[in-house]
Amino acid sequence: MSQHTCLFKNHQNHGGKIVDFAGWEMPINYGSQVEEHHQVRSDAGMFDVSHMTVVDLQGEKVIAFLQYLLANDVAKLKTEGKALYSAMLDENGGVIDDLIVYYMNDQWFRMVVNAGTRDKDLAWINKQSAAFEVSVTERPELAMIAVQGPNAIEKALSVLPLDVSQAAAELKRFVGSASGDWFVARTGYTGEDGFEIMLPESEAPEFWEALAKVGVKPIGLGARDTLRLEAGMNLYGTDMDESTSPLISNLGWTIAWEPADRNFIGRDKISAEKAAGVKQKLVGLVLEGKGVLRGHMKVICEAGEGEITSGTFSPSLKQAIAIARVPMAIGETCDVEVRGKLLKARVVKPVFFREGKSCL
Amino acid sequence: MSEIPTDLRYTSSHEWVRLEEDGTITIGITDHAQEALGDIVFVELPEVDSEITQGEACCVVESVKAASDIYMPITGEVIDTNQALVDEPEMINASAYDDGWIFKIKPADEDDIEQLMDASSYESECED
Repeated sequence: MSQHTCLFKNHQNHGGKIVDFAGWEMPINYGSQVEEHHQVRSDAGMFDVSHMTVVDLQGEKVIAFLQYLLANDVAKLKTEGKALYSAMLDENGGVIDDLIVYYMNDQWFRMVVNAGTRDKDLAWINKQSAAFEVSVTERPELAMIAVQGPNAIEKALSVLPLDVSQAAAELKRFVGSASGDWFVARTGYTGEDGFEIMLPESEAPEFWEALAKVGVKPIGLGARDTLRLEAGMNLYGTDMDESTSPLISNLGWTIAWEPADRNFIGRDKISAEKAAGVKQKLVGLVLEGKGVLRGHMKVICEAGEGEITSGTFSPSLKQAIAIARVPMAIGETCDVEVRGKLLKARVVKPVFFREGKSCL
Repeated sequence: MSEIPTDLRYTSSHEWVRLEEDGTITIGITDHAQEALGDIVFVELPEVDSEITQGEACCVVESVKAASDIYMPITGEVIDTNQALVDEPEMINASAYDDGWIFKIKPADEDDIEQLMDASSYESECED
């Protein structure tokens, strides 16, 4: 049975082309995915991300719990509202999910996890939390709208409720603030500045239209994927999953190894992997000629073979780009097998385009 | 509703076919097809002089979303390809039946075109 977010009617009214995404009927685009992509890079766009799962974790031992649950260390969060990106690992060091956790106060953290992993995430979190007496509360009554682009903040501030807007105007990057049932964070998944706004479902449809009126255009899941790929942000289930460790998923930077005595789930497995020498990594590929790179295409280099995990045609760079899992010793170029032909690609850091500029 | 010109013939895999006055045949993809594919970003054209059998995959149209094979509507030899699509593949979105043509063939048998659907049959096919 597919589900609708509280903004489903808004999507229909804006001409959204609806597809199934992880059991949710969501807009893939509202006409042209490429135009929507450029809209976010050049001005401001909004995404309905209400299908994502918001979980509040509360209790006296919530910090200790999260230090055990997550590969990144919530002790880095010193001030209220601060956000942390982390992987959640299983005992084998595989990635159960990637998520953002916000420090609300000493006894309350808010986590946002993927829609497609909701059931297994909640089961896992509940299982692990028992020993810590932490309450795990899903917040399905909250809608979430991401407003992204160089003009996104200015436009969003002009239509946010006054008290929310005043607090949001002061936010530094990767920090959020709560005002009543609203929570605004300066985070996103596009490589552009902007907000992710959680708000009561009952107020979301009207707020969506208010944003539209000030020129924030609706953006579908299609452009969300090309934007995040240009920004070099992993997609769970595509670039990493339970069968891959964070060390071969370009998530090494999110693992807090210090303090050395912090015992988090999966630590012994990934420590052993690190000690033995990590064999693969995620890199960026840029196709030298014409064509399009796609997931699962084979990558061939002197050091061996690899595979594209995410590939697309970059609307900003006007050439094909990809994230690929390859042997650690890959050089500066490689071949990609595209329909039986070998095409030359350049190996780069997996960040292609952010904040209006090419990173190549 | 997508545009379906009445003077063309169609395949169930959404190619259109136009018989020209000189007996050659021009081939492209329909408005319905370009709409479903979305923004087209790359076209892998067939090779000129290649002889291709009806139903064979002969070139590829790629949108940001996905790659889609184009199937030979009737058996023939490729005599020309639309080189403008190399730099402006989005012409297929803008003008599926004119500037966005993909290739021309010399048919093995001109009468084969009669087997293809006319506009009204194609329209009901698209509605299914």
